[in-house]
Amino acid sequence: MTVESTAARTPRRSAGTTGTKSTAGKRAPAKKISATAKNAPGGDPELVQLLTPEGKRVKSAAYDKYVAGITPDELRGLYRDMVLTRRFDAEATALQRQGELGLWASLLGQEAAQIGSGRATREDDYVFPTYREHGVAWCRGVDPTNLLGMFRGVNNGGWDPNSNNFHLYTIVIGAQTLHATGYAMGVAMDGADSAVIAYFGDGASSQGDVAESFTFSAVYNAPVVFFCQNNQWAISEPTEKQTRVPLYQRAQGYGFPGVRVDGNDVLACLAVTKWALERARSGEGPTLVEAYTYRMGAHTTSDDPTKYRADEEREAWEAKDPILRLRRHLEASNHTDEGFFAELEAESEALGRRVREAVRAMPDPDHFAIFENVYADGHALVDEERAQFAAYQASFADAEGGN
Amino acid sequence: MAETMTSKSLPLAKAINESLRRALETDPKVLVMGEDVGKLGGVFRVTDGLQKDFGESRVIDTPLAESGIVGTAIGLALRGYRPVVEIQFDGFVFPAYDQIVTQLAKMHARSLGKVKLPVVVRIPYGGGIGAVEHHSESPEALFAHVSGLKVVSPSNASDAYWMMQQAIQSDDPVIFFEPKRRYWDKGEVNTEAIPGPLHKARIVREGTDLTLVAYGPMVKLCQEAADAAAEEGKSLEVLDLRSVSPLDFDSVQASVERTRRLVVVHEASVFFGSGAEIAARITERCFYHLEAPVLRVGGYHAPYPPARLEEEYLPSLDRVLDAVDRSLAY
Repeated sequence: MTVESTAARTPRRSAGTTGTKSTAGKRAPAKKISATAKNAPGGDPELVQLLTPEGKRVKSAAYDKYVAGITPDELRGLYRDMVLTRRFDAEATALQRQGELGLWASLLGQEAAQIGSGRATREDDYVFPTYREHGVAWCRGVDPTNLLGMFRGVNNGGWDPNSNNFHLYTIVIGAQTLHATGYAMGVAMDGADSAVIAYFGDGASSQGDVAESFTFSAVYNAPVVFFCQNNQWAISEPTEKQTRVPLYQRAQGYGFPGVRVDGNDVLACLAVTKWALERARSGEGPTLVEAYTYRMGAHTTSDDPTKYRADEEREAWEAKDPILRLRRHLEASNHTDEGFFAELEAESEALGRRVREAVRAMPDPDHFAIFENVYADGHALVDEERAQFAAYQASFADAEGGN
Repeated sequence: MAETMTSKSLPLAKAINESLRRALETDPKVLVMGEDVGKLGGVFRVTDGLQKDFGESRVIDTPLAESGIVGTAIGLALRGYRPVVEIQFDGFVFPAYDQIVTQLAKMHARSLGKVKLPVVVRIPYGGGIGAVEHHSESPEALFAHVSGLKVVSPSNASDAYWMMQQAIQSDDPVIFFEPKRRYWDKGEVNTEAIPGPLHKARIVREGTDLTLVAYGPMVKLCQEAADAAAEEGKSLEVLDLRSVSPLDFDSVQASVERTRRLVVVHEASVFFGSGAEIAARITERCFYHLEAPVLRVGGYHAPYPPARLEEEYLPSLDRVLDAVDRSLAY
């Protein structure tokens, strides 16, 4: 097992909490905390892996069946999804650097977690993303250029969630897990066999809303999968600042299963998510999936990771790159030829070009958009202020006309 | 008034109960959810008997987690349901404040109108019942300040019945403040009436010398103040706003243009309270009509006091009449 466990990592920021003499006698020192975590129920975290970083297929008695029938064509499809998602993501980062976007939250490194889980969903399933699920959006058929409006500042989302059963990006950390749970409660009430999947991260695992969504989904046996991408960093805070136990073990206390999957292994993410979604469909209730992965880039384009983490860490994770891993597997299995990669390269460049052109052509919204859709049934004050705004705007036109 | 098939005398709490019952009967998508709303029927019995008749999947006892209640209600609304959630007491809404402000209020705009969230959040509010801390607060301004929300508060049984019907039918989220100290006050409810618009104010009593504006629990107090003032030969008009957002400024303006004086009464502290907004707008609209500055009567900028002190904190008949006298002295 090449992935270091959360529990085993040395708490690097322990000095601050143990250095205060007055509290040292009252609370357990950090060293003790670390030991406790190591001896946590369940022992060393088990990681579901179907492809090693070298691309070698390893057997899993529990999960092989969920990808047993996968065809070379489908494997190439997963590869294509990841490559195009990464290309789109890189283009968005570049567009931010060029001033075309105000901000971008890169998913670099998390392609396998997102494509694997996203491809596990059925058309009638419903997805509740954070603001980084560009790969999942891709799987759901959301036009990638739609994701960029909010980062350019022309809207706050704006796509129709019901077109692709892909909810709007939620920026408030963890809030969407409750929406997913409520939606899943509704699915169950309707007697439908759809499932719901809620995305969130290691940082969000500390939010009360996430804890409450675990409680509600467990109590009502809601058909929801909680898909936590533990990318090791919540901006500058490592996972140790969020938890004493491996995150997937949180599920146990709520009475539903939790599984840790290699988040850089697209096949394992696909298999585990299919299993969890099938549990939801068959009335077995919620599941927590912790996709153990790594945010290779900055939190957003406004972040500077050199302030809080070392290059060696990133380099270690680059060796486990999700795309490289599948490429090695495809090549070793003779599922691809040079033509495939060349075609994909051309498709990538075309996607980048299309995204670039679409963003540059994205117009600023009409000024009166401020007052649109504040209410569904209207509101007297909004009408009044719109009229005042119109009069104010018109006063400039009059002035210009008079010149 | 004699009871007929469609008109009956009901306590305000029972009027809400019957309104919820009607909504559950007529629309299978309506859900009632909250802490203790099921078997117990709510701590104020507002949901009494509903779970027995409509089942546990439509009248839902929830875990004790207010953010979870509102957050899952949002999810249910996204699925096509129309949840009516109960926050047990005013002072317990704050764990849900994030979901209400960042999600419930803004999702319609965020989606450019694609998503509608017909969620009603019921909050028993206000003091005067001798309760412990967090059970007597009036946080309506904290919600009226948030665009995307509608905020209403009935003062009587008939309004409670009909405003609840309209709140549930609204495609916007509505924060429904129930005046808990008036839960047991009886009033005539005609269940076949054709109600007026949800957000329109109502003249409770006509007068010529001064306008008293209130909503929820303070309407009754203002009526009593008008009675007392009448004995002294002063004619006060009483306006029940019914809705804090949107607020029917047109009706307030029309009244003030007649009476030329305005006193606003609410239990919430006056500092940044709804009275401040009313004063500012009416001053702007009625500057040349006003004979006196708009005065406010309300709570102080202090935590809601222990029960033995609440009578000093809350607007009382004398404090309202004192403000009336000060206004008339200009």
